[in-house]
Amino acid sequence: MNPETSLEFRHYHLLGIEDLEASEIMTILDTAESMAEISRRDIKKVPTLRGKTVVNLFFEPSTRTRSSFELAAKRLSADIVNFSLPTSSVVKGETLKDTVRNLEAMAIDALVVRHASSGVPHFIASFCQSHVINAGDGTHEHPTQALLDAYTIRQYKKRIKGLKVVIVGDILHSRVARSNLFLLRKLGAEVVLCGPPTLLPPEFSKMGAKIEYNLEKALIGADVIMMLRIQRERQKANFFPSIREYRHLYCLTPERLKLAKKEAIIMHPGPINRGIEIDSSLADSVQSVILKQVENGVAIRMAVLYLLLGGKERETAD
Amino acid sequence: MAEKIKAKIMDANKIRRVLQRLTTEILERNRNLKNLVIVGIRTRGIFLGKRIAALIKEMEKIDIPVGVLDITLYRDDFSELETQHMVQKTEIPFPITKKDVLLVDDVLFTGRTIRAAMDGLFDLGRPKTIQLLVLIDRGHRELPIRADYVGKVLPTSRKELVQVRLKEVDGIDEVLITEPIEK
Repeated sequence: MNPETSLEFRHYHLLGIEDLEASEIMTILDTAESMAEISRRDIKKVPTLRGKTVVNLFFEPSTRTRSSFELAAKRLSADIVNFSLPTSSVVKGETLKDTVRNLEAMAIDALVVRHASSGVPHFIASFCQSHVINAGDGTHEHPTQALLDAYTIRQYKKRIKGLKVVIVGDILHSRVARSNLFLLRKLGAEVVLCGPPTLLPPEFSKMGAKIEYNLEKALIGADVIMMLRIQRERQKANFFPSIREYRHLYCLTPERLKLAKKEAIIMHPGPINRGIEIDSSLADSVQSVILKQVENGVAIRMAVLYLLLGGKERETAD
Repeated sequence: MAEKIKAKIMDANKIRRVLQRLTTEILERNRNLKNLVIVGIRTRGIFLGKRIAALIKEMEKIDIPVGVLDITLYRDDFSELETQHMVQKTEIPFPITKKDVLLVDDVLFTGRTIRAAMDGLFDLGRPKTIQLLVLIDRGHRELPIRADYVGKVLPTSRKELVQVRLKEVDGIDEVLITEPIEK
């Protein structure tokens, strides 16, 4: 048909933002913009991925990401199977590789993988035929979250280049922070990371971020404020003295928000700990786009599934 | 891909006259214009649709809503394409249920685009009728589909390409028959 509308998205898997070119990121965001309309229809379904089978392989708990992928697949008419840890044979001692091989034996097309260990989606991609989508691996990457964040920023700010984005919280353990840092730098935003020194190693400056330990200083002139969840499950090693002290120094409060630009937006990948990293009133304020992020997540995942599962002869990942 | 121009079928004047005739035919057939909506198929169907809406406005002083349909998600060759197509927006900001929908495209060929477009329309509502308008019907149908309003029937060989160019996208109004040059 029209040659001007053809595109080439040369990836077999989506393992991280680090592997993507800026132009490919824009292709995903533009495709998502077209997908968003489908979720606003009475009949929220198109037949595009009819006959394709997607497996949600989640070794870690998740509500948002898992149901978002499930809805995305269903709105494109793909079949989806949910695999979750407690009901699987993994508890009987099956290895990861065997689990994946068995699922593949049932003729599936894509695997959406979340795992507590970094690198698991890459490991699975190394031996399996299906498309692998990383839905969060350990402290490494969470590419679809960064994509939906970028989509949301673009929706409100009409651009990404030149914006000042402040990411606050437990940077050390955050795959969301890493993916966002990669993506925002590729698209030309200024990224400031902020958190207690124990949770913010100076090495991040090598990845193009500015490091600021003082939240007030970090917030000055910010266009976008991204608050991260304090991962209490990972706090056994005492990275900071107490939740109370963390709150005192790093909680986003109405007073601190005044330091940012007037029209700054507040983002959070969820789940939020109200009153710890963000003041409860701010989470529900007009400047908060947290629920918009969730809404946009479905469109982004539809775009990713469409771009990976379409076409015939594709380059396979190395 | 290199191609050579074999014939120029229409120029700006001819396109304008053909659209005027088609508009008259539409007015003749649709007594209740208030129930008519236009849906253009991306890309050139949109602009043909808009021109027809403007002509109806000129003749009958009625505003006909024009929507945009992207059929990429409804293609039947989705898993066989070598390269993928960019999905673009479908923008039909009015209900189509119980409406007389005038579907507009530039060239009618195999009929597969129209099949996809009708599937797309039915996902948005249940139109009372769907009528099809094309500027060029070049034959070679693969499905039982025909147009209600045809600008010109143009017998072609399968090797040839029919290119409709419109000012809004291409900077010029013309219809050409071209053929790819084989190396």
